[in-house]
Amino acid sequence: MINLFYISTEIFLSLSILILLLIGVFKNKSELFIYNFTCIILLVGLAINIKLNPQSPIDLFNNSYKIDYFTTLIKSVILISAFLVMLCSLNYVKQNDILKIEYPILILSSILGMLVMVSSNDLIVFYVGLELQSLALYVLAAFKRDNILSSESGLKYFILSALSSGLLLYGCSLIYGFSSSTNFDLIYQNSESIEYGIIFGIVFILVGLAFKITAVPFHMWAPDVYDGSPTSVTVIFAILPKIAALTVFINFLYGPFLEMFDQWQAVIIFLSIGSMVFGAVAAIGQKKLKRLIAYSSISHMGFALAGLSVGTNEGIQNSIIYLMIYLIMNIAFFCCLFMLKRENQYFDKVEDLSGLSKNHPLLSLSLMIILFSLAGIPPLAGFFAKFYIFTAVIEQSMYFLAIVGLLSTVIAAFYYIRLIKVMYFDEQKEKYDLNHSIGLKMILVISSTIILIYFINPNIINNFVLDITLI
Amino acid sequence: MNFPIISSLILLPSIGALFLFFINSKNITGIKYVSLFVSIINFLISIYLWLIFDQFSYEFQFVESRVWIKDFINYKVGVDGISILFIILTTFITPLCILSVNSSIKNRLKEFLIAILLMETLMIGVFCSLDLVIFYLFFEGGLIPMFLIIGIWGGERRVYSAFKFFLFTLLGSVLMLIAVISIYWIAGTTDVEELYKLGIDPKYQNLLWLAFFSSFAVKTPMWPVHTWLPDAHVEAPTAGSVLLAAILLKMAGYGFIRFSIGLFPVASEYFVPFIFVISLIAIIYTSLVALMQDDMKKLIAYSSVAHMGFVTLGLFTFTQQGVEGGIFQMISHGIVSAALFFSVGVVYDRTHSRRINDYGGLVNVMPKYSILLMVFTLGSLGLPGTTGFIGEFLILMGTFKKSFLVAAIASLGVILGAAYMLWLYKRVVFGELTNQKLLKIIDLNKVELSILTLLALSIIFFGFYPDPFSNTYSVSVENFINEYNDKLNNYNLQNQ
Repeated sequence: MINLFYISTEIFLSLSILILLLIGVFKNKSELFIYNFTCIILLVGLAINIKLNPQSPIDLFNNSYKIDYFTTLIKSVILISAFLVMLCSLNYVKQNDILKIEYPILILSSILGMLVMVSSNDLIVFYVGLELQSLALYVLAAFKRDNILSSESGLKYFILSALSSGLLLYGCSLIYGFSSSTNFDLIYQNSESIEYGIIFGIVFILVGLAFKITAVPFHMWAPDVYDGSPTSVTVIFAILPKIAALTVFINFLYGPFLEMFDQWQAVIIFLSIGSMVFGAVAAIGQKKLKRLIAYSSISHMGFALAGLSVGTNEGIQNSIIYLMIYLIMNIAFFCCLFMLKRENQYFDKVEDLSGLSKNHPLLSLSLMIILFSLAGIPPLAGFFAKFYIFTAVIEQSMYFLAIVGLLSTVIAAFYYIRLIKVMYFDEQKEKYDLNHSIGLKMILVISSTIILIYFINPNIINNFVLDITLI
Repeated sequence: MNFPIISSLILLPSIGALFLFFINSKNITGIKYVSLFVSIINFLISIYLWLIFDQFSYEFQFVESRVWIKDFINYKVGVDGISILFIILTTFITPLCILSVNSSIKNRLKEFLIAILLMETLMIGVFCSLDLVIFYLFFEGGLIPMFLIIGIWGGERRVYSAFKFFLFTLLGSVLMLIAVISIYWIAGTTDVEELYKLGIDPKYQNLLWLAFFSSFAVKTPMWPVHTWLPDAHVEAPTAGSVLLAAILLKMAGYGFIRFSIGLFPVASEYFVPFIFVISLIAIIYTSLVALMQDDMKKLIAYSSVAHMGFVTLGLFTFTQQGVEGGIFQMISHGIVSAALFFSVGVVYDRTHSRRINDYGGLVNVMPKYSILLMVFTLGSLGLPGTTGFIGEFLILMGTFKKSFLVAAIASLGVILGAAYMLWLYKRVVFGELTNQKLLKIIDLNKVELSILTLLALSIIFFGFYPDPFSNTYSVSVENFINEYNDKLNNYNLQNQ
């Protein structure tokens, strides 16, 4: 029994999914109720999860499931951001006619999949979590089924993701073949000598994971899927799977394969440099905000990977801080996108921002803060995220990575300030609506304030990650 | 714990900006008075700071230090004889900028004044910070308000100029960021005072010096990365140009003293020929370029590059006269270039033209203006009796000690400087009044007159009586040069 107690969060979410499905089937017009109820479920799940935070690491089910401070922290981050995402996208979902009972339930199942991924200590469990997460997301991407772009993005995401899952499974089987176990701890014990089979396996698994976090060169799907999906789903794509997949990166690389650091470090550095540079260069020509943020998130993932390539606790901690700041900035950015609507029609082109500062000074002020922060200009939070990463990178004398990374921030700064130019320097257009929900406004104000005043006391966020020691 | 006077200097303008944020933007007089009030209070605080500053100590004074990022970086600020002068320059120029917006800024006045006040916070922060990371934050943070000032309130090609300014400066300073982090790992701290004591391993110094140089060279600006400056100046509104010329450029000069030379003496000595060559190119080449300009602001912008060339020349002589001259020249150029940009702003507001050919014969219609412009022109070309002379003279004296040839070539720059400034004055002020539009032009109003008179008086006063400045920095500079020579001698002894 004691085993089940520690996974109450997951059990609670699974039961809620089933109950919500039943309610949806038997009660007419229960969409809004289910949506709101899902938000509450996420909060309750968060409370349970925080309450369960164990003093010492706990291994469950023959060591195939692991709960410690790190996984609890990441799960909390996932649950909070899922809650915020649901809260800020409510109006959008309503007005775009995608508020069906399945919508919140699918989100909830993909969250459940992520929680399983984060805690997994076994290749099979990890794969089950990953697939649960992905399957729900395929459907969500194609949720606006009468829209050709949305269907296309769902299909594209499905096919490419299936391919990457295939590669990932092949990697798992190779590792199983050469180390005779799927359990992370046993793999660690059995793989003392470096065998090429295992290295192949690692590379295949990294390819699968890199696909999930849109690291170059496995990023091709991202711009189309981001652009085609409904914005309320894009914000999920931009945030949640990346937190989960990056955590698996950490658990996987710094768990069973820590000894092979020299082998996989080169792969991570390659992914990191590729993402940073490509994300920065490719975003310059984009005309749609969602495509632009897709490339921007590619380059941000490059920075997070740079922290992972270092091989120290500081590197991991700084990557987590980076992720947290990244998700605050992204939620805030998407809040701004949700506010660009006129008579229930949403706008997502760069030119739609034109002259925003004259009609909506506060909205454009927040968006400006967010964009400068995404560009990494001090003293905003985005700068500190990069600063910590490069502190860890330079500690290991990896100057090449640091210089490439910082030069790519200069290139990236160009397209961020181009948006600011459009907002502040260009001619104004028609006004947008002002009737936004209070939740949306609150999230935007709070997140941009956090970005702005983070520098006053950076310890508040940093303290969360101090206890993460994997090595 | 004493009263945190430096932190209040840094914070006060931001608090003012926050206050402005909540004032209704239609209440124009209220906005102006609040911002003017805040900046004048700040000026008075800085004067008070100067009065209680101990001139006979080379230590950092009024130091405040508290933990900022745990186990990593402390928030540490303080002033010595060199930095306090730059703070006073900043707090002196900012109220004048705010006064000048009356005629030049027509829309979004509130946002403009908020940007100026934030700029003041960041600029003061740069001159006080005693920690490399804090310095970097202030140094880079200035990009945001300045980008907006040029981009929103600038002229026709403002977008191009704002982007060029932003990207050039950012590109320069990311390398400095790498160097700052590297110093943390090499020396174990980013505290400047500690670093002065510990010294940095000479084998890393050359690369670190180059990384810092890339940032300061763009900001100074030195040839060949000066091209953003004329564009930025031409398009920026008057107050923006003034801040840019008077203070932003000095951040780099100050950075050379405090960080490049202070932290990396061995590398600085190594790179002296390099600095001399590009300083000379800056002096001669940009002076020649300035001669050929037909846009007044561009001409003054190029003259700024030339004057900053003198500054770098002086600083890298490592002689008492050279370094003092460099500092004095920066202060003097801060006042003179501010005055020149204000003067251009005055006529630009009336005629909306910066082309020199559109003017001529102004002396007939604007006698007061012409007299004051004369003072600024003479100050800029370094006539004895103005501040410009003292700076250039000391720099050339210091340079002669090092190298006769360099000093001789640099002296040519003084002649060229006189040539382009006098020619500018002749074409704008004297001659026939050909442009009919100029007939209706009115002379200076009270605000403009008081701004320009204040600047002219300080140019002449400190030109005749530079003691208040030189007394403040002389002890610090002496100690600075002694420490520099000590460190260099130690290094040479070890290598023998």
